[in-house]
Amino acid sequence: MRKERLAKLLFGIGALALALGISTLVLLAAKAPPLAAYANIALGALGSWDVAANVLVSWVPLVLATSGLLVTFTAGLWNIGIEGQITLGAIFATWALRALQGAALPPALAIGLAFAAGMAGGALWALLTGALRTFGGVNEIFGGLGLNFVSTALNIWLIFGPWKRPGVASMSGTVPFDKSLWLPTLAPGSRLAPASLALALAGIALVFVLLRGSYFGLRLKAVGRNPRAALLLGIPAERYLLAAFLGCGLLAGLAGAVQVTAVYHRLIPSISSGYGYLGLMVAMLASNQAPLAALVALFFAALNVGSIRLPIVLKLDSSLAGVLQGSLVLFFLLGQGARQRLLERKRGGRP
Amino acid sequence: MRTSRILAIALLGLAIASSAFGQSAPPAAGSKLTIGLVLVGPYNDRGWSQANYDGLQYVKAKVPGVDFIYIDKANSADRPGTTVSQLAESLVSQGAKMIIFSSDDMMDEANKFAQEHPEIFVVMTTGDQSWKEGKAYKNLPNMINIMGKMEYMKMVAGVAAALTTKTGKIGFLGPLINDETRRLAASAYLGARYAWTSYLKKDPAKLEFKVTWIGFWFNIPGVTSDPTQVADDFFNSGYDVVISGIDTTEAVAEAAKFTAQGKKVWAIPYDYAKAIDEGKGVSLGVPFFNWGPAYAKAAKDAMAGTWKARFEWNGPDWKNINNPDTSAVGFNKGTLSKEASAAVDRFVAELAKGLNLWAGPLNLQDGSAYLKKGEKASDQQIWYLPQLLQGMQGQSVSK
Repeated sequence: MRKERLAKLLFGIGALALALGISTLVLLAAKAPPLAAYANIALGALGSWDVAANVLVSWVPLVLATSGLLVTFTAGLWNIGIEGQITLGAIFATWALRALQGAALPPALAIGLAFAAGMAGGALWALLTGALRTFGGVNEIFGGLGLNFVSTALNIWLIFGPWKRPGVASMSGTVPFDKSLWLPTLAPGSRLAPASLALALAGIALVFVLLRGSYFGLRLKAVGRNPRAALLLGIPAERYLLAAFLGCGLLAGLAGAVQVTAVYHRLIPSISSGYGYLGLMVAMLASNQAPLAALVALFFAALNVGSIRLPIVLKLDSSLAGVLQGSLVLFFLLGQGARQRLLERKRGGRP
Repeated sequence: MRTSRILAIALLGLAIASSAFGQSAPPAAGSKLTIGLVLVGPYNDRGWSQANYDGLQYVKAKVPGVDFIYIDKANSADRPGTTVSQLAESLVSQGAKMIIFSSDDMMDEANKFAQEHPEIFVVMTTGDQSWKEGKAYKNLPNMINIMGKMEYMKMVAGVAAALTTKTGKIGFLGPLINDETRRLAASAYLGARYAWTSYLKKDPAKLEFKVTWIGFWFNIPGVTSDPTQVADDFFNSGYDVVISGIDTTEAVAEAAKFTAQGKKVWAIPYDYAKAIDEGKGVSLGVPFFNWGPAYAKAAKDAMAGTWKARFEWNGPDWKNINNPDTSAVGFNKGTLSKEASAAVDRFVAELAKGLNLWAGPLNLQDGSAYLKKGEKASDQQIWYLPQLLQGMQGQSVSK
């Protein structure tokens, strides 16, 4: 057991080293100084309290989306539709805030209702993919991908149509909400809302407990490993798959609601910020382990925020962060595959 | 440093703090100033963003002690997860004391940034929040708005188009619908109609002028209409001159393509003086912004401590509209017939002498009166033009 852990760790480090190697080659090909680039990313992510807070702002929706994906991954599902689920969460949260803006509700209640609406929106969209899969025989990858496009179209239509600014349809999104409906931050000028941080921590903790220590988690795992065998053991696999979609949708919807209430304070065209796809990478890299996923998400968020300095200081494109993240996942998966083969060979199985 | 400031403000209480820094501009920056430029598109887009970038190159060359840094593609599609004010703060952390937000899409974020950073000089290009007589006025002591009177050069573009078209059909490739884009499309129409009736002595009813909006300043696949497609549609349906109102150069590229196929069509790009090089032989000229002088003035004010919140709507230097040191807007002539070229010169001379096409009688697109006979449009009437003008085809208000 211990040996296996050590091997895993070594493969992880190997993947990181290879990813760094590829990124360095990319930098050298672009005639850019690699060390300065990495130093700037680090400074851009940790150089001051403000940027560190920005990393956490980015971490919150990413870790919420990732938490949701841990549930669907456990059930053996490729929930590519998470992007749409985040978007629907944002749309529902916006809808709630627009409806409540004039009402004389305490802001905390209005924001709370917006979160609830966002979760409902995400869950609805996820269940749609789930229903397509369980009742319609549509693989969740294709169903989810299709619904992602639908959610984007719906979002754009709302921003340029019914919810447009007075007289102007703007790519910068809907009119910002009144400041009272922004999720409060610690100090004026700070971006980090402590409540959103608490939500993210609660989300990942909940998923950890659910998957690690609950009967539900155990059965979900069984469904994920082998749905037919699970069915034979008396586990209603379809119901568990739908429950996994529901759980992921709730968390993804919450991520969307956070984007609206705590980050942009309005609905914008690319409201999901790609956190769904990024979350898929985080969950893969973290081998579906919740605590590790939280850390990997933090690393990815730091890369995203830190890389803003690249174009400013070194005139480099920020997409270097994406190169690093992508190659990291790729090498990690390759490493996993290689390790699997080695193990099989040792056991004298198939070559 | 900032944390302690924030703590101090928190202690003072919000109300006191906001009134305390609601009063005065930031202190003089002194002999050295780093400017941070926030661009909506790529810095080398050969359009709007590059014109702004070149404006700061001018400042760096002309004002001793000034340097600048920039972040381009500052929009949430290109930089997911970031906000424009956050990007501006990254520039501040690299030493910028003055920030230029150079797109109308950045209005909310520029206001937020200006309020949260009273110690930073803020310019918002194209905005009107520092215009006391404007509709969006906000009391922001550190905010200057800068815009060029492009209306004049769009009229010149209209003249060039009217003198060139063989079919009497002019297309206008519009970005999104707002006050600015409406008044610029209308200006192009006014210029075209004036040349059509006064120079060519033709029947105004025989001039077609159609506006098609794509939805944003540049193409975003899946979100906006494709400007290439829109330009093609114009050329395929008898419109032989397309005036571009967007930030990129699709209209010129399509005109070149159609010309290569033997069709006689032309285009007029926008924003950037050197955009004329793109379409040799098909580009009639380019109305362009020259941001350098206004940005230089703002930089000098920041350094000397003479900064005052204000709204600038700068016109051309009528002695030489293309003077890089004095003219805020200009027109670079391209492939024009002798006759059209002469008409453009004549028109510029008439404008310089006081010709005003924004004068009554003028009706809005729906037929309602905009200006009575003899009435001249005020700056507010032009800036906030509520619809396209009568005689123009195309959508007036976004639905």
